Amino acid sequence: MLEFVLERGNYWAIIGLMMIGLYISFAATNLIKRLVGLGLFQTSIILFYISLSRIDGGTAPILFGKDYGKKKDHGDGHSSGAEYAGEASDHGADAYNAASGDGGYGYGAEGLENVYSNPLPHVLMLTAIVVGVATLAVGLAIIVRIREAYGTVEADEIRAMDLEVAISEAASEAEESKAGAA
Amino acid sequence: MIELISSLVPENLAAHAPALLVVVPMLFAPVAAFMPNGRIAWLLSIIATGIALIMAISLVDQVRSIEGGAVLSYAMGGWTPDAGIEFRIDALNSMVLLLVSTIGFLAAIFSWPTVKAEVRDAKRAMFFAAYLVCFTGLTGVASTGDAFNLFVFLEISSIATYVLVALGATRDRRALPAAGNYLLMGTIGASFFVVGVGFLFAATGTLNMAELAVRLQDVQDNKAVLAGYAFIMVGLGIKAAMFPLHQWLPNAYAYSPSFVTMFLAATATKVAIYALVRFLFTVFGLEFAFEGSTLIWILMPMGIAAMIACSFQAVFQTDVRRTLAYSSVAQVGYMLLGISIGTAAGVSAGMFHLVNHALIKGALFMALAGVVLTYQGTSLNDLKGLGRTSPWTMTAFAIGAVSLIGVPLTAGFQSKYALVNALFEHGWWWAVAVVMFSSLLAVVYMGRILEAVFFRAPSNPNKRRQEAPLVILIPLWVLALANLWVGIQGGFVAGLADDAAAALFIGGAS
Repeated sequence: MLEFVLERGNYWAIIGLMMIGLYISFAATNLIKRLVGLGLFQTSIILFYISLSRIDGGTAPILFGKDYGKKKDHGDGHSSGAEYAGEASDHGADAYNAASGDGGYGYGAEGLENVYSNPLPHVLMLTAIVVGVATLAVGLAIIVRIREAYGTVEADEIRAMDLEVAISEAASEAEESKAGAA
Repeated sequence: MIELISSLVPENLAAHAPALLVVVPMLFAPVAAFMPNGRIAWLLSIIATGIALIMAISLVDQVRSIEGGAVLSYAMGGWTPDAGIEFRIDALNSMVLLLVSTIGFLAAIFSWPTVKAEVRDAKRAMFFAAYLVCFTGLTGVASTGDAFNLFVFLEISSIATYVLVALGATRDRRALPAAGNYLLMGTIGASFFVVGVGFLFAATGTLNMAELAVRLQDVQDNKAVLAGYAFIMVGLGIKAAMFPLHQWLPNAYAYSPSFVTMFLAATATKVAIYALVRFLFTVFGLEFAFEGSTLIWILMPMGIAAMIACSFQAVFQTDVRRTLAYSSVAQVGYMLLGISIGTAAGVSAGMFHLVNHALIKGALFMALAGVVLTYQGTSLNDLKGLGRTSPWTMTAFAIGAVSLIGVPLTAGFQSKYALVNALFEHGWWWAVAVVMFSSLLAVVYMGRILEAVFFRAPSNPNKRRQEAPLVILIPLWVLALANLWVGIQGGFVAGLADDAAAALFIGGAS
């Protein structure tokens, strides 16, 4: 049991971070703190992808040594369907790593001398980082505008102010319709 | 007409239509952003969405050229699908693309008067740029065949949407918290989706959806795949405003600029539902044992809960835009109910209703935009007596309203009829009763509005009222007449929906 937990230490840490982030983004009343939680949540996803691509003894995916010059055409793709599936164990990352361990991961990796990490998740996460930054920027800009319009960044105070407006609107509307009827 | 327009597209452009559909609006967006004048940006956005519409029509024609629907695979940048990103257009994609670009084009035409009234001068060029980015994202989601690419396009459209919603602050400051809330929920939804894709990638080593579908067959019981499935369903559920995850929607629709409300209501949730359907039926497939129980125990109850609870909520709103927003969530329930039947007829009914609902809500919100233009608010009081002073706008509104209720000879009737048929076929007769009940609630909440519009005296006769300008009236009537056309001769749209469902069930994984 302990071994099971420790073996997957990276995933426990990531899930922990993810849940902390999610909780903050729900529970905090301060809007900035909510965005901090959101940032934490998104960053833990980046960690998740990166740790997927890690292989024991793997190095950065730049061909070196005997591999250099061997594989020029990367476009010929993965081969048969058997490699990636591994034995369908109940742990996804294991299935993935087992498959990648014998050189079957990704595209055109057969017959390489050295073990390389999978570069694809890194590339994906570059995009995800950009998306995260854009979201954060828009979120902060909206909070700046909220602060200008309401004078506070506390979600509960904003809600109270909105409620007041809504009540007064309803009251004036009722009057208006009475006046219209009369 | 499809063939005619499609034959006008040169062969070499038609071959690149899947890419052009997404790239053209994307390239127009920065150009529009740098225009000194909002009006030029408006014209640019009409041109961009118009080109996208022509490309979408060409795609529909190409897909329909082969009996049973062709599958067009476009290797982006010349990279083959195993290494690069594939754009994959089948009958379902082409239907959604046609819907999004038609609505996008009509929305672009009608936008100018409302944008002029609701957005400050300096922001208008940027506003249209954001609109084009949003449009790019939506068409991208509907055409990509790569799971991670779908996430990126989903976020492109969402981030632009947050900005557009927040711009409603000039009219009502409550747009800002609404946009903030939408940003928070939307980002959590997209992040859930990307976690799910990560799990699938871990279990299969691919991101291409067609390839995922093949490889997932071998690892069905893998717990990572199950977790990935759950994450993806919740993530897309938030984006599609599935019942308990819809809290962002009413405020975002009620306070954003009228143009944005109209465009979002008709396209954004629809595209998310498309993505949901794509993952449910193409990527996972009905053989995926876990899915059968999700359809019955999650999607169906949530669809029904939405149809009842949100229809009730719609009845008690005083603001017409909020009524329509809650009604949107209820209508999403109809689509989910259709999808959850899990038969070709059910999915076809769901897709049919998806298109019709876009036409209905497009018309309704466009008419409301005309009301806002001449008369600031959209509360029930503001609408009183408008039937007399602006008959053209309000007649189109009424057509949309009866179509939403599902009166015969309108689009809403056709798709509800298809849905009821599919339910009977599957033996879910009790769900038919729920559909009827929810339609009755629609009579109540739309009837209240129609009564105020046509049978009440204006509550404040001093306020200025007039017909919406022609730029609004033309696209509005195009949508209203489309509702009647689909209602009387629903063959074309029903055929598209049938093809789409057939593509999912027969040719989906190939």
